[in-house]
Amino acid sequence: MTGPDPQVDARWEPICPFEVLEVERGATALAHGHAVAIFRTHDDAVFALGNHDPFAGASVLARGIVGTRGDIPFVASPMHKHAFDLRTGQCLDDDDVHVPSYDVRVVAGIVEVGPRRVVA
Amino acid sequence: MSTRKSLVVIGNGMVGHRFVQAAIERGLTETFDITVVGEEPRPAYDRVALTSFFDVGAEQLSFLPSGAYDDPRVRLVLDVPVAAIDRDTKSIALGTGEVVSYDIAVLATGAAPFVPPVPGKDLDNVFVYRTIEDLEAIREASGTARAGAVIGGGLLGLEAANALHQLGIETHVVEMAPRLMAVQVDDAGGATLKRHIESLGLSVHTGVMTERIEGTDTVTGLRFQDHDAALPVDLVVFSAGIRPRDQLARDCGLDVAERGGVLVDEKLRTSDPAIHAIGECAAVAGRMYGLVAPGYQMAEIVADTLVNEASAAVFEGADMSTKLKLLGVDVASFGDAFATTEGALELVFADAVAGVYKKLVVSSEGDRLLGGILVGDASAYGVLRPMVSSGMALPDNPEELILPAAREGGAARIGMPDEAVVCSCNNISKGSICDTIDAEGCADLPCVKACTRAGTVCGSCVPIVKNLLAERLEAAGKTVSKGICEHFDLTRQELFDVIAVHGFQRFDDIVTAHGRGRGCDVCKPAVASILASQFNGHVLDRTTANLQDTNDAYLANIQRNGTYSVVPRIPGGEITADKLIVIGEVARDFDLYTKITGGQRIDLLGARVEQLPQIWRRLVDAGFESGHAYGKSLRTVKSCVGSSWCRFGVQDSVQMAIDLELRYRGLRSPHKLKGGVSGCARECAEARGKDFGVIATEKGWNLYVCGNGGAIPAHAQLLASDLTGAELVRYLDRFLMYYIRTADRLQRTSTWLGTIDGGLDRVREIVVEDTLGLGAELEAEMARHVDSYFDEWKGTLEDEEKLSRFVSFVNAPDVPDPSISFGTSRGQISPAVAGGPVSLGTSIPVGAPAAAEVGAR
Repeated sequence: MTGPDPQVDARWEPICPFEVLEVERGATALAHGHAVAIFRTHDDAVFALGNHDPFAGASVLARGIVGTRGDIPFVASPMHKHAFDLRTGQCLDDDDVHVPSYDVRVVAGIVEVGPRRVVA
Repeated sequence: MSTRKSLVVIGNGMVGHRFVQAAIERGLTETFDITVVGEEPRPAYDRVALTSFFDVGAEQLSFLPSGAYDDPRVRLVLDVPVAAIDRDTKSIALGTGEVVSYDIAVLATGAAPFVPPVPGKDLDNVFVYRTIEDLEAIREASGTARAGAVIGGGLLGLEAANALHQLGIETHVVEMAPRLMAVQVDDAGGATLKRHIESLGLSVHTGVMTERIEGTDTVTGLRFQDHDAALPVDLVVFSAGIRPRDQLARDCGLDVAERGGVLVDEKLRTSDPAIHAIGECAAVAGRMYGLVAPGYQMAEIVADTLVNEASAAVFEGADMSTKLKLLGVDVASFGDAFATTEGALELVFADAVAGVYKKLVVSSEGDRLLGGILVGDASAYGVLRPMVSSGMALPDNPEELILPAAREGGAARIGMPDEAVVCSCNNISKGSICDTIDAEGCADLPCVKACTRAGTVCGSCVPIVKNLLAERLEAAGKTVSKGICEHFDLTRQELFDVIAVHGFQRFDDIVTAHGRGRGCDVCKPAVASILASQFNGHVLDRTTANLQDTNDAYLANIQRNGTYSVVPRIPGGEITADKLIVIGEVARDFDLYTKITGGQRIDLLGARVEQLPQIWRRLVDAGFESGHAYGKSLRTVKSCVGSSWCRFGVQDSVQMAIDLELRYRGLRSPHKLKGGVSGCARECAEARGKDFGVIATEKGWNLYVCGNGGAIPAHAQLLASDLTGAELVRYLDRFLMYYIRTADRLQRTSTWLGTIDGGLDRVREIVVEDTLGLGAELEAEMARHVDSYFDEWKGTLEDEEKLSRFVSFVNAPDVPDPSISFGTSRGQISPAVAGGPVSLGTSIPVGAPAAAEVGAR
């Protein structure tokens, strides 16, 4: 099956209609063979992180609470409330920890997850 | 031969106990074996709170409920008197014949009630008021007595009168002096106090001298000098002062003071350097101190000195200030209460209607506070007493300190010096509290109390300690924002009120009007909980779903591997065989790990998120509903089997537990709530370990509140006794709603209680006596909750939008999360340990992102 976007680009995996995402909540998706947590924030921006919480060792990040710490949009892991920057996957409570982050875009109303970002 | 030395402590009262505690804490048991000999049949207990014995029982008063010190080098010998001290052989003969030798002995024999040589004092039904045994005997006699008299209208006499009054017999207080509490208060204060006490139905006779107690075998009346008629009473309690118990010291030739008491120096050493004396049996430079605080100071000084001979600690007299609540009336007396200092001036506020009398004694220049008396409202005591001990300058308008408008806690404004003693019970200065706050990084009151011990005895200094904490935090540059997180400057209680007043129902409206940013994992669940408490909507409604904490968000308890547990409600722990079988079948069909919980229900673990609706469909169809094991809400009301089956039961505890559980089910609160109902005093339901515990009596139900198991166990305390079922529900409604309104987030009832000025008494005033007039409002709020209850799992199953979140993957809703796997342990599944993110491969079929497949909105 193909998505509504006719452009075939293996690097971008279509996931679901943007409207399905609830505001300030996560959704778990399968993208590129990985569990990816997709978040829609208050300003309708979309972010994608690896769903695996490295502290808890469980695939749960999408089920956390979304909010802001200062100006940083973040998700608090539902397990032990470690905070991760939605933009970069950087853990806000431990400089040495981060989770993967993915490029994400909305094309024709469909959320697409792109390649995993390389950490600078 | 052992090189360890022997320390014998004679007496296991409050002071003797404090000494042993201090000795253990300071490491004295590294070098000494300690033998503690107590004459009473039980270990040390809180004699100051003796009157509450009838309410709470001996265990609650005990300092050593386990019956032993938790240091094996301390041996506690109880129910044994000491017969003699032999200073030549340095040994002590016990009443049992055992002889214990000592290197150091500490006398803490306390005092004995003074019984004046009045004819008839040896009749039956004449008592003193000192030990639990005395109270037991009084209680026994009160069963057949109609009226009783307490001879002595001092502090202890009024305590004893309170006890008689509580026992339900006509109570008379007989005082020789022209006023009550002659040592502590002046005539006007005494008169105010007398009016209070008479309004409670007690009779007060001041300025009368008891000539004799009438009766042949047992008491029939009291005869006063210059009075014709006898006062008909059948029970008498002497409370005419105390005398130091110094007989052992006299017998072995130690020096005693002229007016009694073992003579000691400022290091509490007797005339024999191997023997110390502390507490009420000791006379420091000839003076005896009949309060517990100086006794505690003495205990600490001796412990210090024994650990370190060079210790500079000496006893320099004590602050004899007193603050107490007698028969519900605040009375405080401090410093030079009678203005005996030359040139002292008095500043008086009296409101006879409200029953308040306050007097300040100030220096002739009017610049320093010397002392004072407070009757009817002693809230200013915490601020005033340290002003006396520190000698600090009075503010310009000292009358403001006692005018009704003056609110507690002007500590910051008044600028107390560091050496001012804040907690007089434990002798802790302002400086030491502040240092500890800084050093330990205390951020809240319970931490300060734990680290300093300030405010842990009588609690009167708690408002000041609170202010000091706020001052220190401010000084340390920590914003003293009481806000719950960076998004709100409001406390949970303020947030609760804001939502109630404005009727906000959406987080966005609240954070826009009263906060900043987009919220976080602290404020969102707090707001969600408050909204649920006030409006009782479905937690997964569109406006509140994204605020819910981890477990509420999926109406289940998340487990370490990301699966969930399911707990159906089993009210009161009562369940039919058919329903048990359904639970078993569900567990078997979904291969769930099954365990019985502590709350008398069954936990089914290992459910994947997408299985939750299927599991609940089966459970709801069989008549189960959510157990709210995932919520900060009522969990269970545990019960014993009760009077329908148990041969000891006096009430039907199962029915009551079911009624209460069904009444409060689904009630969202600052933290989880647990209840228990026991059908008799054997307490098999362990109700006193719960937030609310109900224990059946012959006459009805006793209600206990603010208990806790867990990390900081606390026994629930008696709020009201012998209630009917309707009264019980009314008080519980009020109690729970008041807690929900005022507690901090994630604050269990037992810690909440610790933060309330006035503690349990205050809660009782609000809940039982309804002094704030909040009762009807709180009941109405609870009625609204009860009327609007619905099963939120049933509600979820009926709503496609809510169900749409229970999927493993938004683009592959039926694919189980491959990162979850199970092993086997003891014949059931157990979570397999995950090493890291699992690569799921490309073989998993992923559904097309068509709106129809994921549920269009």
